[in-house]
Amino acid sequence: MMLQYILRRVIASIPVLFGILLVTFVLARVIPGDPCRAILGEKATEEVCARFIEEKGLDKPIVTQFAIYAKDMASGNLGESFRLGLPVSRLLIERLPTTFELSLAALIVSIIFGIPLGIISAVKHNTWLDVVTMVWANIGVSMPVFWLGLMLMYVFSLMLKDTPFWLPPSGRVSPGIPDTPFYEMWGWVVPETGLWSAFLNFSGRLNILNSLLTQNWELLKDSIMHLILPALALGTIPMAIIARMARSAMLDVLGQDYIRTAKAKGLGRAGVIFKHAFRNSLLPLVTVIGLSFGSLLGGAVLTETIFGLSGVGRTLYEAITARDYGIVQVFTLVIAFVFVVINLIVDISYAYLDPRVRLN
Amino acid sequence: MTANSTTVATLDPEAIVSKSTGMWQLTIRRLFRRRSAMAGLVILGILVLIAVFAPALAPYDPTMSMLDVDPPQKIKARTAPCIHLLGCPADQPQHIAGIDGNIRDQFSRLLFGARLSLMVGFSTVTFAIIIGTVLGALAGYFGGWLDNLIMRVMDVLLAFPSLLLAIAIVTVLGPGLINALLAIGIVSIPAYARVMRASVLSVREMEFVAATRALGGNNMQILFLRILPNALTPLIVQGTLGIASAILDAAALSFLGLGAQPPTPEWGSMLGSERNQVFTAPHLVFYPGFMIMLTVLAFNLIGDGLRDALDPRLAHSSG
Repeated sequence: MMLQYILRRVIASIPVLFGILLVTFVLARVIPGDPCRAILGEKATEEVCARFIEEKGLDKPIVTQFAIYAKDMASGNLGESFRLGLPVSRLLIERLPTTFELSLAALIVSIIFGIPLGIISAVKHNTWLDVVTMVWANIGVSMPVFWLGLMLMYVFSLMLKDTPFWLPPSGRVSPGIPDTPFYEMWGWVVPETGLWSAFLNFSGRLNILNSLLTQNWELLKDSIMHLILPALALGTIPMAIIARMARSAMLDVLGQDYIRTAKAKGLGRAGVIFKHAFRNSLLPLVTVIGLSFGSLLGGAVLTETIFGLSGVGRTLYEAITARDYGIVQVFTLVIAFVFVVINLIVDISYAYLDPRVRLN
Repeated sequence: MTANSTTVATLDPEAIVSKSTGMWQLTIRRLFRRRSAMAGLVILGILVLIAVFAPALAPYDPTMSMLDVDPPQKIKARTAPCIHLLGCPADQPQHIAGIDGNIRDQFSRLLFGARLSLMVGFSTVTFAIIIGTVLGALAGYFGGWLDNLIMRVMDVLLAFPSLLLAIAIVTVLGPGLINALLAIGIVSIPAYARVMRASVLSVREMEFVAATRALGGNNMQILFLRILPNALTPLIVQGTLGIASAILDAAALSFLGLGAQPPTPEWGSMLGSERNQVFTAPHLVFYPGFMIMLTVLAFNLIGDGLRDALDPRLAHSSG
């Protein structure tokens, strides 16, 4: 039953994936301006441009170009960035860890603060605690990410300078801190290309994971310090949404008859709240947490720009403005793909938590 | 929350069903009883007043340098706020929100910015509601391949983080306020299409629709006179909350330099052009962002209040 449901959902997302492929392709073609001069400079001659266009296959019919594109993407041949002269796959491996770490940290921040705030608010319904929490949650969802980021920077990097609470305003690690990847430390031989090499390169750039694996405590402390402000900035909106959702879901459940029964049976307060109420309010929370991930990816563009992090969001933004076809296509594709997969996971976990969904 | 029991008790259920105005009066009454929604309405009211009377309220022209005003002021770029009441020396000209990087009075720019932000919110959402409603109605009412086609396109649009898609669209169309509005309008269409489709599906098979059909009503009459009014409630809630996110997205685009262009007094672009000065002139970052937050907050509060006020389930259960 469950397997059938998963299969059905996966199949249903295929047209969407195809649509995404089409959109990213069209997007990169309709960006105005001549790609040749955007990359080689305004002074490129006709001759140079003609050769460039032929070399990159930009003179073929549009349908052929799409077929080539779809085939390349499917076979993992992600092309190269004309502007930077680097393979896009390498850029992706270099930049994705930054965004991954940032989004994950922001998600963790939003969950570990959002859920308890929501629960407290619901349990202490209509008290000043509830009011204060909800006022904060409302302000939280209304703040522009870039403003919050800059204000955090002002407070923690300038006002709290020379105190133990000082935090660095930008970058991922301080210069001079060794960040030898774990596979080099352990003397592993890394192949030049292939999935295994990509995986190793990717995970070696996840600074926190890497510092734990190599027991490099200096790097761990430094990366965490660099991560706190961007994660707070990026995580605030989802945190506020999660807190509001947790509150209303808890309130819904706490009003049910079986909660009264549980209380009447003499169950402790904590038992009722966590065993009976919280578990049943998880359902809407899963959806909200999943959906928040999408806004995290969008917000990453702004957060990365402000905090000087070269992650996927900022790279994509720069590529769009510089008309770098190669990066725009692949990076947009990857982000949309991740988004679809997360939605799929949300749907499936929803069905797992609530058997009724599967029957529909 | 606590006030609902009285509303429910004093209402004749038949009056609500037979007269549609009854429902709206009830909604407004419920809305006014919510402190958070009231706070939102008050903030919005003040912002609307500011927007309308900006030319009268602003001490200076929002795009004019202090060197060009009469008499010219000898003042440096990015001077911190000077408020006479708070002890700023009287021989200095008063600028209650300071001076920006181009020696303009930031307070005047902030006031004029209210016009743009409200305009952005309303126009994008109106655009998105009109197109989204038509698409959703067509999909829900006719079903079949049309439904499949429209909703799959909407799914694809939803598969991109909205800000990223908006950035991409603006890049295609070219930077500028109007294009930014169009981009944000386009990315918000799916939300309304979905809401509308769901509403259509829920009332399509009801007796009153069948009755209209039996009386010889054509598809358009059924759609717009019978089905659309029933879908208004969720559309209004979605629209109010949509204004909030449209303003945020527009500010973000302007912040990145893709929306309103200087010297237009737009909060996002004011903040964006001075973001590197956050350590030296924090007032140029703080105030525009604060105004964005306040505006978005107002719409969020009203939207939430409307949702609760329009939800009959809540009205009865939480009393």
